Amino acid sequence: MPDGAGQRELGRLTLLRRPTFWLIGIVTLVFAFAPFVGNDVQLRESLLLASIYITLASNLNLMLGYAGYINFGSIVFFGLGGYICVWLMNSHAWPMAAAAVAGGIGVSLLALLFGLGILRLRGAFFALSTIGVNEAIKAFVQNFDPWGGSSGLYLSTELFRPLGGPMQALWIIYFLLIAVMGASLYLSYLVKNSKFGLGLLAIGQNEDAAAVLGVPTPRYKALAYSASAFLPAVAGGLYFFKSAFIQPADAFDLSLSTEAIVIVMLGGQGTIVGPALGAYLYEEMRGFLLTSETFSNFQLVIAGALLLVIVLFAPGGLMGWIYGRWPRLRRVLE
Amino acid sequence: MSELLDLDGLTKSFGGVRAVDGLSFVVGEGEILGLIGPNGAGKSTVFNLINGVFAPDRGRVVFRGIDITGEAPYRVARSGLARTHQIVQPLTAMSVLENCTVGACFGRENLSLGEAREAAVEAAVMVGLDDRLALSAAALTIAGKKRLELARALAARPALLLLDEVLAGLNPTEIDHMIGVIRRIRERGITVLIIEHLMQAIMSLSDRIVVLNTGQKLAEGLPAEVANDPSVIEAYLGDPALAAELHGGA
Repeated sequence: MPDGAGQRELGRLTLLRRPTFWLIGIVTLVFAFAPFVGNDVQLRESLLLASIYITLASNLNLMLGYAGYINFGSIVFFGLGGYICVWLMNSHAWPMAAAAVAGGIGVSLLALLFGLGILRLRGAFFALSTIGVNEAIKAFVQNFDPWGGSSGLYLSTELFRPLGGPMQALWIIYFLLIAVMGASLYLSYLVKNSKFGLGLLAIGQNEDAAAVLGVPTPRYKALAYSASAFLPAVAGGLYFFKSAFIQPADAFDLSLSTEAIVIVMLGGQGTIVGPALGAYLYEEMRGFLLTSETFSNFQLVIAGALLLVIVLFAPGGLMGWIYGRWPRLRRVLE
Repeated sequence: MSELLDLDGLTKSFGGVRAVDGLSFVVGEGEILGLIGPNGAGKSTVFNLINGVFAPDRGRVVFRGIDITGEAPYRVARSGLARTHQIVQPLTAMSVLENCTVGACFGRENLSLGEAREAAVEAAVMVGLDDRLALSAAALTIAGKKRLELARALAARPALLLLDEVLAGLNPTEIDHMIGVIRRIRERGITVLIIEHLMQAIMSLSDRIVVLNTGQKLAEGLPAEVANDPSVIEAYLGDPALAAELHGGA
């Protein structure tokens, strides 16, 4: 069908012409080069955490913001990806990139399988089951000897050698994590502007009506769940390789899942730039609170209060507020 | 006239209530078939059984020669059967155009996003919503939402359209407009199965009518035949003597 092909071509062109497309690229480049130019290690560590928050929030948004399913246990993707990557490198001498991608693929496939099951549930029942998935996998890993049980896995620093030593390795890992962040934002962008995304948004608003209109709801939900697992799992692999240590308590920390939900709500669920904006602000706030040293994990208290305020007064988050104030920006910042 | 939809012995109970009881009828290609009956007769349940919202306890639904009994709603939609809801179900965070695009994308022709937008605009023009394409579906009036239901179903370019009380809640001008739209839909070769309470409207629109009472088929035939059937009048008015009196007086 030459007509259809021509239309698709046109669709691709307009995708490239949109401001959001370029904005994602620019933000990614700024993240990559800002600390590199001045060799600012402190800025790098702060942006690295921000990039992980963005990756987690942006992928969570595929489920929460687009399909309207609250995944409380999204951190399981990050942790399990970390375990698979670290284990492949440690015990099977896989190169880092291959191990991280393998972690992503493995977790994604597992999510597809789980998704076909638990996505038959809706609302609060689905949300509870996602916590169950995280806790079940955590319990499994705690008792899985090849992965070190509850004491976890330590990596030999020897593994940094192929990357040119620890100093250089940290930069390489940083660039890769930024790339994963950029990929997450582009994934959000592509999904939102696709037929798949339209179907997910329809499911998010009224699942029964969507099914009557022909949206293949079980398949779409499972695919979204699986797609939202891939990049967080890759990021988890890179992150835990960088730490050279992984244990169940860190890998499957539910508070990080909750923070990701707060970030998505803060930035604006269902938007592309919202979760990134929310993640950056949240990480800045967290950094500020950490330096005060009065409380440990005080950011969680703030996060809880923040979530309440957002849900009650600004369900559209920051982007919702911006759209309300400057309706024209809806086209510029998607 | 060849058969497009064939219902054979459909039965569905909810708890102890038999909502639809051994119902059989045929919808011919290109016709407008009216499905009427008192409140609680099971009309909407019949729609839900046809498009797969519920699976029947017994009986078969055959659409275009294929058994679709108990298929999921999205499969039924894909096979070319679209419907509207009695209680409107707009996707409220989307615009009118986006609502219709969803219908077109996942309808019979499996259109790409770009093609679906064209089909969506076409459907919106047909029901007279083309001046409100960018408007949020939540901002429409009830009449607008009814039209949106219809536009969304039309955008799927179905072979059969199930209309569930699209006239209810509309004022006389809007009703006249909607009747015109339904006639134009049929002229395009789309078969229509319509549930409606407004007798005058359905009598003038339908080629044939099936009357449902307590889940069973009470009568079937041309509008004039059905209107004069004593059992139909009794079902609607309760008392045959009163019915006869009223009918005689009218």
